[in-house]
Amino acid sequence: MSTDLRKVRGLGAAGSGTGHYIHQRVTAIALLFLVPWFVYSIIHAGKAGYEGALTWVAQPVNAILLILTLGAALYHMRLGLQVVIEDYIHRTASKQALLILNTFVVIALAATTMLSVLKIWFSAGA
Amino acid sequence: MVQLTLPKGSAPKKGKVWPKPEGKSVKAFKIYRYSPEEGGNPRWDTFFVDTTKCGPMVLDILIYIKNNIDSTLAFRRSCREGVCGSCAMSIGGQNTIACTKGWDEVAGNTITIAPLPSQPVIKDLIPDLTNFYAQHAYVQPFLKTDTPEPETEWTQSEEDREELDGLYECILCASCSTSCPSYWWNGDKYLGPAALLQAYRWLIDSRDEATGERLDDLEDPFKLYRCHTIMNCAQVCPKGLNPAKAIAKIKHMMVERVV
Repeated sequence: MSTDLRKVRGLGAAGSGTGHYIHQRVTAIALLFLVPWFVYSIIHAGKAGYEGALTWVAQPVNAILLILTLGAALYHMRLGLQVVIEDYIHRTASKQALLILNTFVVIALAATTMLSVLKIWFSAGA
Repeated sequence: MVQLTLPKGSAPKKGKVWPKPEGKSVKAFKIYRYSPEEGGNPRWDTFFVDTTKCGPMVLDILIYIKNNIDSTLAFRRSCREGVCGSCAMSIGGQNTIACTKGWDEVAGNTITIAPLPSQPVIKDLIPDLTNFYAQHAYVQPFLKTDTPEPETEWTQSEEDREELDGLYECILCASCSTSCPSYWWNGDKYLGPAALLQAYRWLIDSRDEATGERLDDLEDPFKLYRCHTIMNCAQVCPKGLNPAKAIAKIKHMMVERVV
């Protein structure tokens, strides 16, 4: 038995949340510019076939913008999925496990995709 | 996992269909019934009311049913003019207060009336709002100052007073909070639109000196940031207020504190 106010106060305010809110919006602003560039460029790069696409990725400006797009998109995705998990998963252990999994998957995706871009860039003309 | 179905024993079953009187102006009302004394699942009772014999509002219909058809029908009401917030319920699938909702404003041949969603039901249309009230207490909805009280009242400019318009009118009927899916899923931790609107009302009160402490109490992924701005709260508010906007302004204050 505990009072209603004790239940509502719970463990108290966590003292965080605004950081997440800001990061989600800042990555959204970045993606506002990066995603249209990405969609436009990938359609054009694809038209030149596999070799053409490789040449496109190997250009420094494209490689850098690709890495920035991947970084912003994956970080934005991690933040968004975190909210979904917090909304719907209530058991503390399952929630914490899924939040860790979310971070691991996103970091694995980031490492794989960004290193692939770098490999194409660095091995071009070698 | 979030609870997407009603708890065991809570799904309403088909209930009693009360006799239908003669007449052209007879309207059907499907009303949620639950009695803890009787036990068993809740049920949907259907009542037929000759609308020429009662007032224009849904509350008039409920009072007519209680007086003339079934006196065991339980619901809260007091002021019958949109001031007290007691008669909030779900009417035709939308939360509002029964005293200012005309039955002719609700589409369809049968009007469904149920208690506010997601709260435990005490009896019939009466929800248990103790959690909701405790959330209101959490935001400390009163003036907090450290400066010694002046001889006369705390003064406020007309412009500062205008900041409170659209906030102070809240009657705590709980229509907004109980219409919010985020509140349905996390109502134990998320304070909900009503409490946050009140929180903002004190955050921007020019006389209050506890702004930072108030923001500290809200700085939390669940207490404040469960609001995903779907704006059900603004859509249902019977007083035409916009809790979603107030919550957005709290978030702006939070950002302003760090950036």
